[in-house]
Amino acid sequence: MIEILDILVSENFWAASLRIATPLIFGVIGALICERAGVLNLGIEGIFTAGAMAGWMAVWLGAGLWGGVLVAALAGGLFGLLHAILTVPLGLSQHVSGIGVTLFATSLSYFIYRTALPDVSSPPRIEAFQPLDIPTLSDLPFIGPALFQQTSLTFLALILVLATSYVLYRTPLGLAIQAVGDNPSAVESQGLSVYALRMGAVVVGSSIMALGGAFLTMSAFDAFFFGMVNGRGWICIALTVFASWRPGKALIGALLFGAFDAFQVRLQTEVGSFIPGQVFLMMPYILSIIALIVVARKADYPRALLVPYFRGQR
Amino acid sequence: MIRFEPRGPVAVSKVISVTVAAAVAALVLAAVPMLFAGLSVFEAYGLMIKGAFGSAFAFTEMLTRATPLILTGLAAAVAFRAKLWNIGAEGQLYAGALAAVAVGTGLISGPSFVLIPAVILAGALMGGLVMLGPTLLKTRLGVDEVVTTLLLNFVILLFVQMMLEGPMKDPMGMGWPQSEPILDEAALPKLMDRMRIHWGLIIALISALGVYFVLKRTVWGFEIRAVGENASAARHAGIPVTATFIRVGLLSGALAGLAGVGEVAGLKGYLTADLSPGFGYSGIVVAMLAGLSPIGVVFAALFIASIFVGADSMSRATGVSNYLADLIVAMALLCVLVSGLFLRFKIRFVGAPHAKEASK
Repeated sequence: MIEILDILVSENFWAASLRIATPLIFGVIGALICERAGVLNLGIEGIFTAGAMAGWMAVWLGAGLWGGVLVAALAGGLFGLLHAILTVPLGLSQHVSGIGVTLFATSLSYFIYRTALPDVSSPPRIEAFQPLDIPTLSDLPFIGPALFQQTSLTFLALILVLATSYVLYRTPLGLAIQAVGDNPSAVESQGLSVYALRMGAVVVGSSIMALGGAFLTMSAFDAFFFGMVNGRGWICIALTVFASWRPGKALIGALLFGAFDAFQVRLQTEVGSFIPGQVFLMMPYILSIIALIVVARKADYPRALLVPYFRGQR
Repeated sequence: MIRFEPRGPVAVSKVISVTVAAAVAALVLAAVPMLFAGLSVFEAYGLMIKGAFGSAFAFTEMLTRATPLILTGLAAAVAFRAKLWNIGAEGQLYAGALAAVAVGTGLISGPSFVLIPAVILAGALMGGLVMLGPTLLKTRLGVDEVVTTLLLNFVILLFVQMMLEGPMKDPMGMGWPQSEPILDEAALPKLMDRMRIHWGLIIALISALGVYFVLKRTVWGFEIRAVGENASAARHAGIPVTATFIRVGLLSGALAGLAGVGEVAGLKGYLTADLSPGFGYSGIVVAMLAGLSPIGVVFAALFIASIFVGADSMSRATGVSNYLADLIVAMALLCVLVSGLFLRFKIRFVGAPHAKEASK
């Protein structure tokens, strides 16, 4: 019991929670932008991989860290554009297109990485983002280390939560995006283009997802590994439902998730010898399923999610 | 300006030719990554064809690779017919393989005619049970099955690793995390001497015929198709929608479980955590290429298997990464998805907006 309390009050624990939550924040914000506009983006898992690979490779080729972030976002945007074209004007199955984009983005990233680096025994490393050390703020008790042990990308994620919240609820564009996911023909009758709004949302959302991948190779680690995304994209899709498509709740959901994950890693070091490590590794996936079950009854899906819109119908 | 005009039912020959065109398009698009990797494109295609069809051995290897793909393809096809989005064939495959190994390594003993059916049944049952969970969550609580089946893939693979490092670890395995070998009496016999091709292929082909029969000729098949076309209309028409989803889930999971049985009891002989290089996910591509037709699945699986085996062989000869195969398969999925437009719509290129009005 005392050990558990020790974990919960340690600064490192909360710093780790925020670190684990960061890629999920990017992923959930990206996914909810797509879904608010009515498009499920199962390409997320592949887009994470593409962002991780493209961002890392750009830095490795000398683009600089922020250059890498930009390249990752561009790569995500391109795969998002592919998904947008297939599902919005062409109206094809969002499920199948999303799975297709995931398979395509993942295999393309692996293929490019392997082709560029045919025989390396250990993955080459880059100089990753370093924790922001802000004098005096970092010295604050508790908050200081938890918040200011993070890299700039974590702050970017937090800023994106605020920005998405603002755009979605306080601007005409945000209201139009919400409307296009609920009642697209009403949007069309206002003289706005359903296609442009939906495609734009998917492209922007996908760019943001890719930053979650970039965080993995440029901040959490400093190299690219095969299989490193490891279902994080799918977890984000579950968390999006859990967050009822709200940026603020997305942040809370991702933090809860990060806290749980950080907690079980620490618990593992306490009781690790009694329970196989795989049980702990399973927890994030099981937790995501539980999160889905908890909110299932009251989940308020955007009403036009998965429904293609064809101009001139109705 | 491009316009889509819905069209009615299309002839089977048209479906086949459009799908073949999509597959060819994927192969043509594959030239881009090949050029990027510095390959001579024609030489590379030649090596791929030789690798999949160039010798009796190559051909049987291709059929061996097609075996699990037929089964995971059927698993996806059956589920997608009812719009039950089972993306969990990968996990169900491992669950089936785990059950097959549990039964086939000495849980029961006896002659082949007892053990082989027991192993097959155990695998199918376990695959079906694994899919039952997400299906019940969908029908009872409205939990989206796409995400639950996807997440379960990771849980099951970790569970398999846990078993292989724990209770099911082979004490004679020199420390490697692998199961004990399956008893000879429980192993699926080989179809040919000195080749790896095994009875799993026959099981897969029988399954394809079985699924075809169920979908085409039985009330259950009619209900599956009705639910897939419009679940709420089907409910109003008195079709037991929930029961249909559960049946489809069990059948789909069982088929994926059978794929695991074949791989472990027919091919490898013991279970490792790298049994499947993504057969569950490739099964989705197979099912889509087949237009969700069970007979089409057999041919689509042969196509995908020849890409994998051909690209593997080409990759060994040229040193180019064999992720190329996954890339071609992914492009095939996107191509066939787009090609569906040509079947559902007449695609017209219309000049000016007023011409559109005039044509009405």
